[in-house]
Amino acid sequence: MLTLTHYLILSFTLFSIGVAGVLLRRNIIIVLMSLELIFNSVNISLAAFSYFLRSLNGTVFVIFNITVAAAEVAIGLAILVTVYRARRTVNVDEIDELRG
Amino acid sequence: MEQLFFYIFAFAAVISAILVISVRNPVHSAFFLIVTFMQVAAIFILLRSPFLAAVQVFVYVGAVMVLFLFAVLVLDMGKETMKEHLHGQSIPAGVMAVILFLLMCYMVVKGRIVANPGSYGEAALVNNTEVIGRELYTRFIYPFEIVSLILLVALVGAIALVMQSKGKEQGK
Repeated sequence: MLTLTHYLILSFTLFSIGVAGVLLRRNIIIVLMSLELIFNSVNISLAAFSYFLRSLNGTVFVIFNITVAAAEVAIGLAILVTVYRARRTVNVDEIDELRG
Repeated sequence: MEQLFFYIFAFAAVISAILVISVRNPVHSAFFLIVTFMQVAAIFILLRSPFLAAVQVFVYVGAVMVLFLFAVLVLDMGKETMKEHLHGQSIPAGVMAVILFLLMCYMVVKGRIVANPGSYGEAALVNNTEVIGRELYTRFIYPFEIVSLILLVALVGAIALVMQSKGKEQGK
């Protein structure tokens, strides 16, 4: 029998892989992809709660989440293109002008 | 039967997610990310939300991944990917990710649900799209409008960011 725990553990596994990708990789586009992975794991979590609690709020929030993720990707990639034109690098270690 | 399919989709999703963050070529990463998104869409179908699965395939695989592939191809990152080096903080970062995962698993196994179940059982979700659409345009009308504003801001912002740098290059 599938329970909420199955889906939540799948969601947390994907979340941890996404966090590991953000922390481990230096290529900024892989970091953005890991962010998408994190968004997706949260969506699984919300949809699972929505199904097992017999409520529709989680499902509606997944739709809003997907919309916000799409907007985030559009802005993120625009910033990425601008940064690449200015700095000629995609390594996040070299984009550190704002560090104190 | 449902359990078997859940494990197939879950293992495929986790393995391709690990490949996303471990392969060196960003194009291969993007394709493995597409595989993960398709598995997540299948998980949504197991959760009786076919509308979410369709939206997932349209928006993520159709729009987001095309944007990613476009960015990877336009930016020409072939040179940087070859000399991928693990930086000095990789061991603490990996340990922290594992600790985060174990902590979340501990909390979800120990936790219990105290909320009361709502009225949307499997019978109410047969007309999935209709039910979601009615809810979206009645109870969630204000978040819906705000989200449309967010999309507008993202559209204008993305165009403005790229236009500005193009104008500077022409000015030189």
